[in-house]
Amino acid sequence: MRQYMTKRILYLIPTLFGASLVIFFIFALAPGDFLDSDLSLTPERAAELRALYGLDRPILERYFIWLGNALKGDFGYSLQYQQPVGALLKEYVWNSFLIASVSLVLTWTIAVAVGVFSAVRQYSWYDSLITLGVFAAMSFPPFFIGLLLIKLFAVDLGWLPIGGMTNTGSQSTGFAYVWEVAEHMILPSTVLTMLSVGSLTRHFRANMIDVIRLDFVRTARAKGLKEKTVVYKHALRNALLPAITLFGLELPGLFSGAIITERIFNWPGVGNMHMEAIAHRDYTVLMGFTLFLTFLTVLGNLLADWLYAVADPRIRYK
Amino acid sequence: MPRTIVEFVNLHTYFDTADGVVKAVNGVSFRIREGETVALVGESGCGKSVTAMSLMGLLENTTGRIVDGEIRFDGKNTVNMSRAELRRIRGKDVSMIFQEPMSSLNPVLTIGEQMAEPMIEHLHMSRKEALAKAVELIRMVGIPRAEAIARSYPHELSGGMLQRIMIAIALCCKPKLLIADEPTTALDVTVQAQILDLLRELKRQLEMAILLITHDLGVVAEMADSVIVMYCGKVIEQAPVLSLFQHPRHPYTQGLLKARPSIGRRTERLYSIPGQVPSPIGLGNSCYFSDRCDRCMDVCLAQQPPLRAVDDRHSVACWLYEEGIRDVRSAARS
Amino acid sequence: MSAPTRDKGNTVVLHVAESTAEMPAAAEPYTPPKTVTGEGVRPYPGAPASPREPSLPRRRIANPQSPWSTAYRRLKRNKMAVFGLMFLFAMFLFSFVGPLFSPYTEGRVNVALIHKPPSASHWLGTDDLGRDVLTRLMQAGRISLLVGIVSMVLSVLVGAILGVLAGYYRGLVDHLIMRAADVLMSIPEIPILIVIGAILSDLKISSEYRIYVVMLLIGFLAWPSLARLVRSQILSLRERPFMLAAEALGLRDRRKLRHLLLNAAPTLIVVATLGVARAILSESVLSFLGLGVVPPTPSWGNMLQAANTLIDFQLRPWLWIPPGVAIFLTVIAINLVGDGLRDALDPRTNR
Repeated sequence: MRQYMTKRILYLIPTLFGASLVIFFIFALAPGDFLDSDLSLTPERAAELRALYGLDRPILERYFIWLGNALKGDFGYSLQYQQPVGALLKEYVWNSFLIASVSLVLTWTIAVAVGVFSAVRQYSWYDSLITLGVFAAMSFPPFFIGLLLIKLFAVDLGWLPIGGMTNTGSQSTGFAYVWEVAEHMILPSTVLTMLSVGSLTRHFRANMIDVIRLDFVRTARAKGLKEKTVVYKHALRNALLPAITLFGLELPGLFSGAIITERIFNWPGVGNMHMEAIAHRDYTVLMGFTLFLTFLTVLGNLLADWLYAVADPRIRYK
Repeated sequence: MPRTIVEFVNLHTYFDTADGVVKAVNGVSFRIREGETVALVGESGCGKSVTAMSLMGLLENTTGRIVDGEIRFDGKNTVNMSRAELRRIRGKDVSMIFQEPMSSLNPVLTIGEQMAEPMIEHLHMSRKEALAKAVELIRMVGIPRAEAIARSYPHELSGGMLQRIMIAIALCCKPKLLIADEPTTALDVTVQAQILDLLRELKRQLEMAILLITHDLGVVAEMADSVIVMYCGKVIEQAPVLSLFQHPRHPYTQGLLKARPSIGRRTERLYSIPGQVPSPIGLGNSCYFSDRCDRCMDVCLAQQPPLRAVDDRHSVACWLYEEGIRDVRSAARS
Repeated sequence: MSAPTRDKGNTVVLHVAESTAEMPAAAEPYTPPKTVTGEGVRPYPGAPASPREPSLPRRRIANPQSPWSTAYRRLKRNKMAVFGLMFLFAMFLFSFVGPLFSPYTEGRVNVALIHKPPSASHWLGTDDLGRDVLTRLMQAGRISLLVGIVSMVLSVLVGAILGVLAGYYRGLVDHLIMRAADVLMSIPEIPILIVIGAILSDLKISSEYRIYVVMLLIGFLAWPSLARLVRSQILSLRERPFMLAAEALGLRDRRKLRHLLLNAAPTLIVVATLGVARAILSESVLSFLGLGVVPPTPSWGNMLQAANTLIDFQLRPWLWIPPGVAIFLTVIAINLVGDGLRDALDPRTNR
């Protein structure tokens, strides 16, 4: 086990380095920078600022400066918000985390329940109906479903607020605040859930169908165990194994902010911040944030590998 | 005469497939008595496993269904039993072991856990009691270091050991009948001998009956008290083991016995029954073996022969042994 | 995301000599077998004078079934997949042939007809420049479908080649390719796409060339997961007995690769089909954000931009709902077909 994990951790390092290279160069080589988007600057002033921020130095040097800083935890300074990138992230990331985590819980619960149900009743018309529903959920363009829901529930029916995290100009605190946020959270969380529940359900269903056919399930039945036990204790436990790794891979999603959904609902999360940064060419923010996400992805992979070893005794003892 | 434990009466089990109805078991009748080892013999696909599955009620999750006949287990007809009733006798009064021990156990649960399950379920033992009994059982099937084994996982054991474990699990509730579906096919020959010895010993100790499903006549010769030969879903010959090997009546049985290479005899080429097993779909009303039989007659192409006793306890389904046929034949000649 | 493959514990079973005769009759003159008692066959009274040769089994020998024809038959039986295929065919006709029937194809700006709701002459109304929405929908379909397919082809080519190289030759080649794939997969896709899209906007590439660049982009960013998949398929296939046999026969690399590819083909086909769906969705996201296909070239994604203005969103749903629905239905259809293909090509299902 230790060997298994050490190897994996060692692989982390070159991957992260490679990724940092790619990230930096994509952003650095992009034409234009933040100062270009501020039209009020005169060319001389712009040149001055460039020198100040070190944007006129050769690329390779900038890379190493950036990397060096990043390793110390300093992701640079946002030119647009005039804040260190780290602080910026901290401000917005928890909003994203909020809807992402609610969506995660909902997605997994629904996916396991529906997937198992569908697998146990394979070929029935429940199964066909569910399959169709799942495909429908997977096929929506991400922004379209959001727009539709807003139109239906917020505009036409007026049941839910159109966007944002709180009502405009609201000063509420305490319980009223929580309620307000909850109200605003419903639509974005629903959209996020709908977008990811489809493929996860399919995954569980496929796993379950595979496992139910296996020999040991037949043995469990031959032992005269209750069907419920056979399905949940024997089949499901095996079917869930690969899903455990998926759980580890959800880690980056929790903090990455759903760019499109947040934009549509005007939710103040990192996704929105991301889009703003792109629009304003705030490359420091972009680089820092993307590196952060990459790091989370790699970490998530590691977590997934570890979880799998924990769950499946066959891997553990290799 | 020991009492009958199981009696199959004209069982018909059919499968619905995309290409048609497969009559996997097509009118099978036989009985198993207390303490008897009955061997069910035939090629792959002749319906032997399906017969056993029909008894165990394990057809639910397949496209198979019992369309006719009865299976009288301990007096009651299992065909009519509810799922709950069937579940109660499964694992308790009749249990089954399968062909591939390596994949027959749940890889994420320990051996002890899986062995304790049926005891907890059927004998209402507590978990602790059941686990202790499991260790005892592991010892009974001849595996050393029983406690360590009970805590280990299936992938850590060899095929032979796993099959012993399977046997232990099958016997934990002291069933009246053990069905062994090709228990040694997936094992090495030496391990095979050990497993068969074990089965014999346990049968003696527990006084139970065994339904041994196999295609290996060597195993039959070693283990069986009586033999039932199946072909294409029908019983074509049935006899005590000695009688079958000394006086095989049906051409198919004769072919089977002829095809076995024997140690004392050298031949240029091994014999094999010509032709192939017919497709199970769309079988007509003729003797199923007719197209491969070297003694096929006109009547064989027209009707199926019934299973008729030719001797005390030896029955055959073949027109060659039908009394009335001689008249038909001589009539045809003249 | 690919979950680690699970070892199902299949053992290779070597059957000790089976006593039952499953070997077909040899093509040689038939000689009557001796009976068990060693005597020759005595014709029984009434038996035919000379021993009959056993005829061929009375049933028809089933048509030799290649995996492809079996899969085709199973696919035909899957109603949802067939429905999906028919819908896709209809959508292709709609997009590529449809405009030929429309009187509005030039897309001329007609100020008098701005923002008209659906009517008899304009079934889906008109947009902000007076163009017929239905016609634009059809033309957009051409672009979106084209981008989807070309991107997929690109990613499959690159991904499959790299995956095969990595899986077959192993060693350094494998290492390099997989590291590159890892790096690309760790970096979140959408931000990169968006940024590159923004760069393209800055470089002011003309609207026509944009399409090709978008295709390249989407296609190129999808190769890592494909390469991974192909590689793991190759890795498991090369251990199979048939590859060992190929090796034992001394076959050349090229032939062995051919064997491998043919066996990996089913998975590849399924992934490629679903890849088109992904590509279409990616394109729509990019275009919606203004970073993919830009007007005046129509695409379903950029037609959806209409939803960005509050008025259009609330009052003129005919502008943005049709393209969204078009994407939705097309992608569902592709998913149904892909799923059907997966079921048909996978030998595991038993129905």
